[in-house]
Amino acid sequence: MTRTRWFAVHAELSPRARSLLGFFSFVLPILLWCIVSYVPAVWHPLVLITDPGSVDYFQPDMRVDRATFDQETADATAQNRALPQGVPANPIYLPAPHEVLKAFYTSFTMPPEARDSPWLHQSLWHSIQVIFWGFVISSIFGVPLGILCGTYSPISRLTEPFVEFFRYLPAPAFGALAVAILGIYDGPKIAVIVIGTFFQQVLIIANTTRKLDGALVEAALTLGTKNLQLLSRVVIPGILPDLYRDQRILLGWAWTYLIVAELIGTTTGITWFITQQARYQHFANVYAAIFIIGIIGLGTDILLGLLGKRLFPWDRTVKA
Amino acid sequence: MNAQKTLPSYLEQSQQVRERFDRMKSREVILKVKSLGKTFETQKRETVALKDINFETYRREFLCIVGPSGCGKSTLIRILAGLETQTSGEVLLQGKPVRGPGRDRGMVFQGYTLFPWLTVKRNVMFGLEVNNAGRLEAETQALQWLQLIGLEKFADAYPHQLSGGMKQRVAIARALANQPRILLMDEPFGALDAQTRTRMQAHLLEIWRKIDITIVFITHDLDEAIYLADRILVLKPHPGEVQELIEVPVPRPRQMDQFISEEFLTTKARLEELIYSSEAHGEEGEEPYPMMMRLAEVGDNVE
Ligand SMILES: Nc1ncnc2c1ncn2[C@@H]1O[C@H](COP(=O)(O)OP(=O)(O)OP(=O)(O)O)[C@@H](O)[C@H]1O
Ligand SMILES: [Mg+2]
Repeated sequence: MTRTRWFAVHAELSPRARSLLGFFSFVLPILLWCIVSYVPAVWHPLVLITDPGSVDYFQPDMRVDRATFDQETADATAQNRALPQGVPANPIYLPAPHEVLKAFYTSFTMPPEARDSPWLHQSLWHSIQVIFWGFVISSIFGVPLGILCGTYSPISRLTEPFVEFFRYLPAPAFGALAVAILGIYDGPKIAVIVIGTFFQQVLIIANTTRKLDGALVEAALTLGTKNLQLLSRVVIPGILPDLYRDQRILLGWAWTYLIVAELIGTTTGITWFITQQARYQHFANVYAAIFIIGIIGLGTDILLGLLGKRLFPWDRTVKA
Repeated sequence: MNAQKTLPSYLEQSQQVRERFDRMKSREVILKVKSLGKTFETQKRETVALKDINFETYRREFLCIVGPSGCGKSTLIRILAGLETQTSGEVLLQGKPVRGPGRDRGMVFQGYTLFPWLTVKRNVMFGLEVNNAGRLEAETQALQWLQLIGLEKFADAYPHQLSGGMKQRVAIARALANQPRILLMDEPFGALDAQTRTRMQAHLLEIWRKIDITIVFITHDLDEAIYLADRILVLKPHPGEVQELIEVPVPRPRQMDQFISEEFLTTKARLEELIYSSEAHGEEGEEPYPMMMRLAEVGDNVE
């Protein structure tokens, strides 16, 4: 494949090129992170003290501004005192890749610092349950309502203007209310995810349903299909692959509401883990936890994508 | 065209053709259209798409409808199908007024309207299933229809795996499986290439010969209309009105070599006369195409 073909609009890429590019989409940011972390000439605005020398307020493993360090070194040189020693370092909130990787491993193997606080995998499992129930409850109501709105204009006009209004209200704003109604445990968290997902879901699925080719409905009508059959035999099967794609995107959105939701009431789940680790300045653990969310999210999406290919063999819009 | 002078009138019919028309007219009237009118109202203006359309179709007749673009052919057939409601007049199918779509009128559209999520066989079964036929019964019948159109090998393929011509054959089978009284076709072969189109025309005539079906077929291809039709309904635009109902004097069975027969040519000449005279008025609100200034180099001529 030539370079010019690559940059044709909507160019078809070979499977090899596709996976290669997909690989690089991860390698490039990681490479950038490595350069910033391991090449001392790049950034490194601080100095990590290895030996305080004669500077009384310096301590080993302390990070100070390069300017402060230079100043103290200059003073010490002028007064013939012992010089402080240090190596260029990045701020503590940017750990190097290997540190995060190590944290990744240890956070699963090391018992939690505080007794009877949950392990990382327990926190994660809790988060996944909150997401799952939030998404399921939203879908139970949102998917049928969206399909009805997309099929029947009166229902659409009766519902969508209000839904359109409500979706601009930030879901976390209902947090306090949800706590008052549902208590401090998982109830309000699930509620916030439902509120954040449901209204978008109705509108997106209504739109998807409206995009169904009207000629298919007309063809079914001329074959003698009547009201409800039209819904069950034409509209729903006709939109199913697109509906499935919408649900995948919406599930991604549900994840973005997770952290805010978990801060409501008693902090729990992965959010509790992250805030806890950040308090102790274990930023490597914070990054590890954040990346785990990404990995779980992307992982489920890839799995659902593969499942979709099996479920809808007639669907031509997904790449084989 | 000096041949035109020697052509007989398109109204002259051979003994055999006259007898065939007599036979056709001795069958009962299956479709009766009475002073049908349709006006579309949009915010800006009213379009009179159809005005005072009257005609009858006999059982097992093959009726073609031709006319310039925008004369209301699709509107007419959609009213017949029940997909659109008329603003005045009546459509009677076997004496009963048409209200909405129903299984007694099958339709084949120009675009491909097979259900992409169903296999070819399930597509053909669709009409039977929604009309409460048993699954087994529907399947047996569908396979018979697939055999008739010669696509039994593709029974388990999905529509996207078929060529355009095959899709339209399945669409015909799907409509016929419901055993409608009448088959409505709106430019069904319009999107096909010339060869496929010719094969499909012969195929359709073959099907029509074999089963008890009345066909109303829209086309803007005059050769196609003459080749297929018993009678041709010619519409004129703005508003859409019946100009003439022509009995095609070309004998059956139809063959490709009849395209140069006298009956064929004289019918075509008449159709062209009718259509170009009405087309000369141009579309409503349409200005003549602008003259273009010369952009090619002087002396670099193609004609
Ligand atoms: N839904 C509609 N709303 C408003 N005007 C319409 C509508 N449908 C058709 N028309 C108008 O009615 C007239 C007839 O349209 P129709 O589609 O029946 O023509 P046609 O003979 O099938 O044309 P073609 O040969 O191009 O398919 C046109 O002037 C068109 O603009
Ligand atoms: Mg048309």
